[in-house]
Amino acid sequence: MAVKTLTIDGTLVTAQAESTVFDAAHEAGIFIPSLCRLEGVTTTGSCRLCLVEIEGSNRLMPSCILKVDEGMQVRTDTPRLREYRKMIVELLFAERNHTCAVCVANHNCELQDLAKSVGIDHVRYEYTFPKAEVDITHERFGVDHNRCVLCTRCVRVCDEVEGAHTWDISGRGTNSRVITDMNQPWGDAQSCTSCGKCVQACPTGALFKQGSTVAEMQKDRTQLEFIVTAREKKQWIG
Amino acid sequence: MSQRIVIDPVTRIEGHAKITIELDDTGQVTDARFHVTEFRGFEKFCEGRPLFEMPGITARICGICPVSHLLASAKTGDAIMAVTIPPAAQKLRRLMNLGQMVQSHALSFFHLSSPDLLLGFDSDPAKRNVFGLIEANPDLARKGIRLRQFGQEIISLLGGKRIHPSWSVPGGVRGPLTIEARDQIKANLPEAFETVGIAFDILKGYIRDHAGDLQIFGNFPTLFLGLANSGSTWEHYDGFLRIVDSTGNIIADELDPNDYKSFLGEAVEDWSYLKFPYYKPFGYPEGIYRVGPLARVNLCRTMGTPRADAELEEFRLATHGAHNSSFLYHYARLIEILASLERIEEMVSDPELQSSRLRAQAGINCLEAVGVSEAPRGTLFHHYKVDENGLIEKMNLIIATGQNNLAMNRTVAQIASHYISGKQITEGMLNRVEAGIRAYDPCLSCSTHAAGKMPLQIQLVDADGTILDEVIRG
Repeated sequence: MAVKTLTIDGTLVTAQAESTVFDAAHEAGIFIPSLCRLEGVTTTGSCRLCLVEIEGSNRLMPSCILKVDEGMQVRTDTPRLREYRKMIVELLFAERNHTCAVCVANHNCELQDLAKSVGIDHVRYEYTFPKAEVDITHERFGVDHNRCVLCTRCVRVCDEVEGAHTWDISGRGTNSRVITDMNQPWGDAQSCTSCGKCVQACPTGALFKQGSTVAEMQKDRTQLEFIVTAREKKQWIG
Repeated sequence: MSQRIVIDPVTRIEGHAKITIELDDTGQVTDARFHVTEFRGFEKFCEGRPLFEMPGITARICGICPVSHLLASAKTGDAIMAVTIPPAAQKLRRLMNLGQMVQSHALSFFHLSSPDLLLGFDSDPAKRNVFGLIEANPDLARKGIRLRQFGQEIISLLGGKRIHPSWSVPGGVRGPLTIEARDQIKANLPEAFETVGIAFDILKGYIRDHAGDLQIFGNFPTLFLGLANSGSTWEHYDGFLRIVDSTGNIIADELDPNDYKSFLGEAVEDWSYLKFPYYKPFGYPEGIYRVGPLARVNLCRTMGTPRADAELEEFRLATHGAHNSSFLYHYARLIEILASLERIEEMVSDPELQSSRLRAQAGINCLEAVGVSEAPRGTLFHHYKVDENGLIEKMNLIIATGQNNLAMNRTVAQIASHYISGKQITEGMLNRVEAGIRAYDPCLSCSTHAAGKMPLQIQLVDADGTILDEVIRG
């Protein structure tokens, strides 16, 4: 098996040739923040939180889709990266209506954890306060667009793991919305199998179980990795 | 030359308000108004949100009495789900509400009002607050703070935190009372009983020495409204609505809270953000009614527990029917603390409080409902209309303090007329006007200005709007 040796934050790291910088860093115990990435589904590199600096290049690279290379010198934690990451998370907060105190996912939210980890104590940008809908037409689940960060985890997990492809994205830019089927109410989406994988995959309180009250929506994302491993490798490892 | 005195902000109340007092050419009071100057907007921004989020969101209306909103909202949710909640859940909700009665009433009595009673209405305003009390009588101040802590602990032990626990939910509650929590409550009960006894002594002593205050601090006939039950014992969580008149005669009984719109109206005045509810059959403003501790004590037959009933008997010695002086809100509040402590003592040993059957599950089975509970300050109504999926379409909240709005205005006018004359205005006189408001323990928002840090601004303004004099305190 071919391996590559690279340097991440001054530490020599050996990784399999097809590995990404993100995975190699995590193998080596080096934390890189991420949001759109989810174990068990394809990576898209869209949230830009896992950007890293590569010696010899002025371009910042998303580590979740960047393959390791021999002699590569990676920096994951520099003042420039820290500032950009903070900016990205602040912009996510400014773009929708996130109110942690009364959110079903309070204390169980990856966006909230990220905000803490990048040191956000206030948002420097003007909030856009978009008018966003809540759709609770589905018998078991609900979607609150106020809390959606457009990570597309729901789209990918529904397409790649469940195979239903109920979720998709409509619109462009700040008008983008996750939709079910042909932009119908979720309760009318015939392709939905009500498996709930999208709810488990969602990093925030945007997708939730009906009847959830404040801070009650706990999500188990390891379940998705378990399903994928079981299906592809025939290994049922909890 | 006519004058206007403005007290802005009113201190040692929960929230933001101001008082204006109009004086005529001879310096006599012609009018006085209590203005609520804050606007919240909860009824509007809850529209479009799921029903199940309502207890958590509406609890945020207030940091002093979040439990009241939590309970009224959860009860509205129960009705929309069309479920009867598990018996253990109902008992636990009652326990939390009793905890809240103790903490909120203790805050009102010790932190906000006792500086007036113990240090004097005319004492130095810089020290006429809980810190002044700590300086003058540290042991008493500590006991008062500890009594509030006792109530707060019950809320925290059940809901996980003292303020804004999202524990009571449509269908029931999220957790039981643990054995450890039960033992902690039991261990702290004796001290709480002792403190309320001291509070009774302070208040009765004050009333003995200042009997005249009862005639001036909001003493006028009104109706009284509150929750009641068929046994006519003191009620704070469920039951029907009862209205008694100023002599204690029942005017209306067994009123269904769902029909509140048929007997309660809400008037609006352009000088306050707080509405003016009134009893419809009597019209506006003749349908003035009061809610809260005094109303609850006036409309029940017994408190249902021995020590509180003994106090109630003594309270009623002076009158054959209902008490009409708003000063006696303080007295009623202490009787309610005692009744709450006795009920907590009774119910805390009930093994059902450790039950794991606490939450009924159901969908949306009804599109409109009203939930009512007794907040420390009085009857609280939550009225929701939802769509078939459970999103809020319309919300109406009638808050206890709003229902006392007419009475608070009349109280301010009565005290101002008695104490204030344009020729000589002292800070102590104005403090009495504020104290008239404090007797109701109004809760105008989720903030407490208990420290006396907020400045008191008094302006004398003539008919042309010219400021003749200004006094700034704080």
